Amino acid sequence: MLFKEILYLIRKDLVLEWRQKYAFNGMLLYVGSTVFVCYLSFGLRSNVLTVPVWNAVLWIILLFTSVNAIAKSFMQENRGRLLYFYSIVSPQGVILAKIVYNTLLMLVLALVCFVFYAVVLGNPVQDVPMFLLSILLGAVGFSTSLTMISGIASKASNNGTLMAVLSFPVIIPMLLMLIKMSKNAIDGLDRSTSFDELLTLLAINMIVITVSYILFPYLWRS
Amino acid sequence: MKNWWKILTVLLLVFTVAAGMLSDVPRLAILNETIRNLYFHVPMWFGMILILLISVVYSIKYLRKPSIESDIIAHEAARVGILFGVLGIVTGMEWAKFTWGEYWSNDPKQNASAIGLLIYFAYLVLRSSFAEQQQRARISAVYNIFAFAALIPLLFILPRLTDSLHPGNGGNPGFNAYDMDSSLRLVFYPAVLGWTLLGIWIVNIKSRLEILRQRLYENA
Repeated sequence: MLFKEILYLIRKDLVLEWRQKYAFNGMLLYVGSTVFVCYLSFGLRSNVLTVPVWNAVLWIILLFTSVNAIAKSFMQENRGRLLYFYSIVSPQGVILAKIVYNTLLMLVLALVCFVFYAVVLGNPVQDVPMFLLSILLGAVGFSTSLTMISGIASKASNNGTLMAVLSFPVIIPMLLMLIKMSKNAIDGLDRSTSFDELLTLLAINMIVITVSYILFPYLWRS
Repeated sequence: MKNWWKILTVLLLVFTVAAGMLSDVPRLAILNETIRNLYFHVPMWFGMILILLISVVYSIKYLRKPSIESDIIAHEAARVGILFGVLGIVTGMEWAKFTWGEYWSNDPKQNASAIGLLIYFAYLVLRSSFAEQQQRARISAVYNIFAFAALIPLLFILPRLTDSLHPGNGGNPGFNAYDMDSSLRLVFYPAVLGWTLLGIWIVNIKSRLEILRQRLYENA
């Protein structure tokens, strides 16, 4: 029952996104122009861009992209539609569907971002599958924690600033793990070195999903 | 004697300050006399964790059964927790300057505690952005629980994965290994108890005051 609900809600979000392409295209353009701005600011002195800087800048771009992309996940719904959902589906279905949908969205955006970034600024990654795995975990992690935060922020009045303020502290531990893991992948270290980070990331994701699942019904009621 | 624990708090703190400043401490290289900070810096963290836990418990209580009292206690406990956190960071930075050479040396525990404080500052900002009391109480309770669940792995797991300058992490021996001898324990445990009780006392007074103020508004 819940599973069916989630599938329906994900399909609804995908169809909505497909019909109003401006939001998705806007995010693509956001990624593209941010990467290009980075290229131009580093391009003047190409020796500045060491590997740690390359890695950190990529993750910061991904972080800001995900905050901007996910912030609208609850704000775009108008009041009437929310009331309609309230009467036909369970809140657990809504939050899980939003998490899955945002994960898909973030995966597409993160991959596009990585490819464009690597083309423009050069690709020092030695262990590409491992790096892609860290991007995958990053997309899942960002979307799980940011979905709940965007639900909280959408209830408040000045939700633009609030989204950033609420989400950054929650996301920093995840970001630190991801940066370390992707740095290992760039340096082509043995895969077992990233095992600790991988487990911690999965554990944080599990905690965040469980807590969102439990807490969202209270948030939705208002 | 309903207020025995308040008298106990005062006695414990008087003992902590007096014995902490005057008693004999082990002579250790680098640490020297700064080891007395153990009685002030470490209890701040114990107190902060416990008081933030109280805040989360009252947030959960609010979600189960909404009442203004639970909300006020959760809010005041979060504020006192922040106070303890700031004091813990300040005393820690002072100690770090003398022993590690820098106020801020990119230690994972230092970073984790700074992030933890950011979370609770965000909680206060979130609270202040609602005008309606019930909505504010419910949504900030949700964020409080969410943030606490995200803070716990941060404070306890992350520093253990990486090297830290703090004792007990990344190859540094813990207190038990060399310097936590019985004379230190004799002051340390009362200090932890005393500072924590002081925190609970502050929360108690502040939330009672706030609840009275709420009643005054309602009747006015």
